[in-house]
Amino acid sequence: MTSKSPLGRALGLGVVSGTHHWWLQRVTALALALLGPWFAISLLLQPDLHYAHARAWLAAPANAVLMLLFVPTAVYHSWLGVVVVIEDYVPATRTKLTALLVVQFLHLALGATALYGVLKVALGSAA
Amino acid sequence: MAKPQRPLSPHLQVYRTQYTMALSILHRATGVALSGALLLLAVWLYALASGPDCYAWVAALFGSWLGWLAMAAVLAAFWYHFCTGLRHLVFDTGRCLEKAEARLSARVVMVAVPLLTLASLLAMLHFGVHS
Repeated sequence: MTSKSPLGRALGLGVVSGTHHWWLQRVTALALALLGPWFAISLLLQPDLHYAHARAWLAAPANAVLMLLFVPTAVYHSWLGVVVVIEDYVPATRTKLTALLVVQFLHLALGATALYGVLKVALGSAA
Repeated sequence: MAKPQRPLSPHLQVYRTQYTMALSILHRATGVALSGALLLLAVWLYALASGPDCYAWVAALFGSWLGWLAMAAVLAAFWYHFCTGLRHLVFDTGRCLEKAEARLSARVVMVAVPLLTLASLLAMLHFGVHS
């Protein structure tokens, strides 16, 4: 038996503060309430999204900076949300752990892919 | 150590079904759907960085009838999650939690979402985003 309290034993073993998780979900939500409609409306108002035009849109400095904000914020918000959904609905078994790992790795891969795209077009020479 | 006897919250079935419940669960459902849409965003950005050939392939996929259908669904899910998300952010500040207020904001969402989605679809058709 350890003299540590149940909380003391759990901390550092994968237990994260629920309040912190909850708070970050709201902070990213607030940011996305602005960035999301900007992204949707900005793209919807483009005359077309042919290759050259789409690249020009993404290469414009203001759009590039906003995309650099939008992509990680959206990916992180999605990460937090999907993790909560799995935690709520998947029973605590090996399936749950697998699902959590898959979802988190997928989000990392997705975020890296999307950011690579933004950075390459935004920082690349005018192609 | 004995398992602490903590009170459990009542299960869902003790409550009478109300449409505000559907609104709440749909917020989650659309959230998960939008996570899938992020995958499409990543594919689009990657294709855009990869060059015209790769982009043409992805643009053809997005421009197909299935692509249009997916885009319409994503737009509807986005505006829904946006509106109910704002509603939940207001709830989080402790405001508008009374039954009548919650029902009113639910109705506002149910009117705003179709309007925003319709406007987006019209913009898509008018400006020919997928041409």
